[in-house]
Amino acid sequence: MPRWGMVIDLDRCTGCQACVIACKQENNVPFVSPAEAEKRRTIAWINVIQFREENSTSRMKFLPILCQHCDRPPCTPVCPTGATYKNKEGLVAQVYPRCIGCRYCANACPYTIKFFNWYAPHWPEQMQPMLNPDVSVRPKGVVEKCTFCHHRLMKAKEKAETEKRELSPEDYTPACAQTCPTGAIIFGDLDDPYSEVARLSKDARAFTLMEDLGTKPKVIYLRAGA
Amino acid sequence: MQTRPINDEALFKPILFTGKKFYLTVAILSAIVIWAAFIWIWQLWHGLGVTGLNRSVFWGVYITNFVFFIGVSHAGTLISAILRLSRAEWRRSITRMAEVITVLVLFFGVANVIIDMGRPDRLLNVIKHGHFSSPLLWDVCSISTYLTASTIYLFLPLIPDIALLRDRVSGWRKKLYTFLSLNWQGTEEQVKRLQKAIGIMAVAVIPIAVSVHTVVSYVFAMTVQPMWHSAIFGPYFVVGAIFSGIAAIITGMAIIRKVYHLEDYLKPIHFNNLGILLLVMTLLWFYFTFGEYLTTWYGHYGPGLLGMGMSPVRFQSGSQKYSADTLLYSGACLSSVL
Repeated sequence: MPRWGMVIDLDRCTGCQACVIACKQENNVPFVSPAEAEKRRTIAWINVIQFREENSTSRMKFLPILCQHCDRPPCTPVCPTGATYKNKEGLVAQVYPRCIGCRYCANACPYTIKFFNWYAPHWPEQMQPMLNPDVSVRPKGVVEKCTFCHHRLMKAKEKAETEKRELSPEDYTPACAQTCPTGAIIFGDLDDPYSEVARLSKDARAFTLMEDLGTKPKVIYLRAGA
Repeated sequence: MQTRPINDEALFKPILFTGKKFYLTVAILSAIVIWAAFIWIWQLWHGLGVTGLNRSVFWGVYITNFVFFIGVSHAGTLISAILRLSRAEWRRSITRMAEVITVLVLFFGVANVIIDMGRPDRLLNVIKHGHFSSPLLWDVCSISTYLTASTIYLFLPLIPDIALLRDRVSGWRKKLYTFLSLNWQGTEEQVKRLQKAIGIMAVAVIPIAVSVHTVVSYVFAMTVQPMWHSAIFGPYFVVGAIFSGIAAIITGMAIIRKVYHLEDYLKPIHFNNLGILLLVMTLLWFYFTFGEYLTTWYGHYGPGLLGMGMSPVRFQSGSQKYSADTLLYSGACLSSVL
């Protein structure tokens, strides 16, 4: 069983936000009005944070942040209905029809990458025909987040099955990794010793967010150079 | 209680006679309830966005209310049970009120959770697909146990009093009270059995009450959020619950004494004794609050940069580590209400 993971090379990230747009398109992430965004209600499964080191005049740095798909997720045990759980391949999944909207998982996530649908989802009229038919549109009142484009994995599996072959890692890439123009986002099987993600995850520059919490994220960052 | 003399006309008055003021109060309260129901339907229709909640403040006044009302519910049962067990005779005139507050206020607390849910229509998923790893399910269990136990504990001592009423009214109320009084005749055998049942419930209800508020605190303490992930939350919440509970009884006492002219029953001694209890709980509460704030302040655990555009992730100079002070808002909100 593969253990899907992601490596993000912060040295290569230019902060262009292509991953953010690709993700929104791919996963039918609803639009939020500027007024709502002001209230911190934006839904963005992946989001590029800008920061500058404290007491430093160095250039801006960028940190793309998305669901860390932790091996020990703090969000799944607290769900009263099992609407969010870690599946066999290690992906932290959301079952929208089962979610009761208590937002406990969103509170439990230290990375704050779980999003609540405060209103019914909304798209401008021109955007409506562009919705991705592979991804369900979430109703109001449930929690959603990055799924590592799980629907792409399902599709890849079906394809491999009809072609009567094993699923190969090239068959499955999330939209953000596929889109990144500088190749900063690398996706693959962390348990495959020959995969690029496995190699990079052992790099000297590798680190994970809030390592001290013991959540064991499967999104691994490579430190940016000076 | 059955030991009370039967010539307490002042106590029967509110049940046998209803004045203009009563209907006026009911009208005002009904108007508020109808207005609130309309607001709730509005929220159901449009989504929880109509509230001021947002990302990182996922829980707000509803969950705060839940914690508050569950806390107030400790007024009754716990206090009346403890006083009953310690045979404090002065308690007699306040226990009934305290127990009624408990049962009613528990419903308010539970209702607030349902109002807070994004999909209350899926409430039954908690039972159909319940996952016991979630502290929310522990809450469901302990609160429903507490609700059952405190209702029984309210009802048992009520039986002889319902029997008294049964003999004074007529019509449908006679039928209702006859049914509820469970054929109470005040015989020696009945009194003995009732005393035994009340004694058992008084003991049983104390650990249940303590567990309820401990579990409520675990909902917060089981997460890894700063200020929530705290080992003192269990006792902290229990103390806070008893604290607010006593305050609720004193408030209730003052109003009922005035409105129903029960000066002969609610005497200064009750206010005095409850006041001392309240002072003790205030000091305990202050002790916990002091312990919490001093340790966090001394450890430089204060609120960091809450917003970097979208996310409350902070970059620390020197090491390549990130830390989040995500839910300090909610932590602060909680402790201020408790």
